[in-house]
Amino acid sequence: MQTRKLETTALAGLLLLMALVTLFPIALMLLNSVKSDVAVQTNPLALPNPLALDNFSKAWDQAHLGSSIFLSVRIVLLTVLFTCTTTCLAAYALARRKVRHWPLVSGYFLAATTVPITLLIFPLYSLVVRMGLLGNEIVLALIYTAIYTPFSIFLLRSYFLAVPLELEEAAQLDGAAGFQIFLQVVLPLVSPGILTVALIVALFTWNEFLLSLTFFQSEDVKTAIVEFYSFQGRFGTQWSLMMASSVILAGPIIVIFLVLQRFFVEGLVAGSVKG
Amino acid sequence: MPARPAGSEAGSEVAPGVAWPASERRRDLSGWFYVGPSLLINCLFLLFPVFATLWMSLTSWNGLESPQWVGAANFLELFASQPFWGAAVNNAKWTVIFLTVPIALALLVAAALLRVRRLGFLQTLFLVPYILPTVVQARVWQGMILNPETGLFGWLGKHGINIPDPLISTTFSLYGIAIVNLWAWWGFLTVIFFAAFRQIDRSLLEAAQVEGAGFWQQLIHIQIPLIKPTVLFMLIMTFVWSFLVFDYVYVLTDGGPAGSSEVLSTLAFRYGFERFEFGKAAAISACAGLLGMFAISFYLWLQKKGFER
Repeated sequence: MQTRKLETTALAGLLLLMALVTLFPIALMLLNSVKSDVAVQTNPLALPNPLALDNFSKAWDQAHLGSSIFLSVRIVLLTVLFTCTTTCLAAYALARRKVRHWPLVSGYFLAATTVPITLLIFPLYSLVVRMGLLGNEIVLALIYTAIYTPFSIFLLRSYFLAVPLELEEAAQLDGAAGFQIFLQVVLPLVSPGILTVALIVALFTWNEFLLSLTFFQSEDVKTAIVEFYSFQGRFGTQWSLMMASSVILAGPIIVIFLVLQRFFVEGLVAGSVKG
Repeated sequence: MPARPAGSEAGSEVAPGVAWPASERRRDLSGWFYVGPSLLINCLFLLFPVFATLWMSLTSWNGLESPQWVGAANFLELFASQPFWGAAVNNAKWTVIFLTVPIALALLVAAALLRVRRLGFLQTLFLVPYILPTVVQARVWQGMILNPETGLFGWLGKHGINIPDPLISTTFSLYGIAIVNLWAWWGFLTVIFFAAFRQIDRSLLEAAQVEGAGFWQQLIHIQIPLIKPTVLFMLIMTFVWSFLVFDYVYVLTDGGPAGSSEVLSTLAFRYGFERFEFGKAAAISACAGLLGMFAISFYLWLQKKGFER
């Protein structure tokens, strides 16, 4: 029993150490976002004195973060809208085997989960440039939708499978038609699944770098992530402003993540735990 | 891939358990109405570009004039070039690092979370770096930790402990990037393994404990073997992702200094968007992408052979 107690203590120590490793860079980001550049250079570990809260407004103005964030939010909303509407339909049809070729369709989407962005980007870029659609948020949202579709379908499918078939049969006896049953009976029951998909897709879209760099790098208004990336040139070594912008971009994500963590963890773990 | 209902013959068997009174043909048609939008978007923006990339890899194209068919010339030229193999070797090093360090650490920490139940809430904290934008992770590490002027390393330097910035070293640049990626990645794996560990019947571990098995013995002889399918899946995915890493390298060093941290995807990006040799860029992407698909086929083959059971 003595060794077991010792073991538990050691393991708790390991967990706390890893918590420290996880938190340390984030703490430095927060700490230095409210310090002057001179203070950052003198000692990045010291507490801010005085608080340089105007870093946030400076970063916001100098980098035109407002319009970039507005663009990114629009792309995120469009992607979530496209993904959720199309994959709810598809996942429902696959769960209920509404098409005779459902194994083929499932197989296709399974294969599509393995396709990396680098295998799409060059033809998509040349096509989009040729059509004069570089910097078009709807096109980018559609590409994201295509990429997140397989994941969303498989996650939603498991939610649809959990809806008892008897409910649909009862609705049918009451005279409801196919699409009506889907919309009014089934969809409300899978709303936690839809929220999970929406959150994960929103997170991945907001954070995505390679595609938004390719399609928005030379635009006047870039996505928030690409705008932030281009700070390196503009802010030079103004690390305090860089950290203030980091907080602006990452802060809301962290807060939303902590509030809705159950859905995030469920969505991120789904498909990875093989029973 | 049938984009439309391929002549749904009457009298075909209905899937078990979902025999609906509506006619099979009408059911099939309405089914395609449900699947259609997803399938259309996916074929247009995913399937078609993949085939276009494969075709592009067999052409010489500067993005403006019409592409010239060159057969396997791009591949042959790449296979004979130093930058390609330099990048491939870096990808291989990356694979070795990520197949070992984060997997071992995550298994250990997940088992610790299971054991020290009171600290179970820490799994949420461990996941926080993973949800941050890569560019933000990169800049925080670059400026606040590794930077010899503003970062922790700079502060240590002032106190007599000199650690050079790995990102500007031709020997260590790749490892510097890997550290940042590891910081964000191990927590995700921990959450996955923790979820898998929690599915194990507790009585098994309790029985082992009565028999006198310690933490390590339980972890190595009971817990890890029982979640072998999950571990194997993450190993395969790690292998696939390792050959696709882009963001961290591009943002932190852009493959430098002197190409020391170049990987296949940044090399492809360079060929495409800096040198406008789209054929070669596509050929590099095809190499990395097809390697991943090969790995996944291998995994599915293993699964079929019943390796998992």
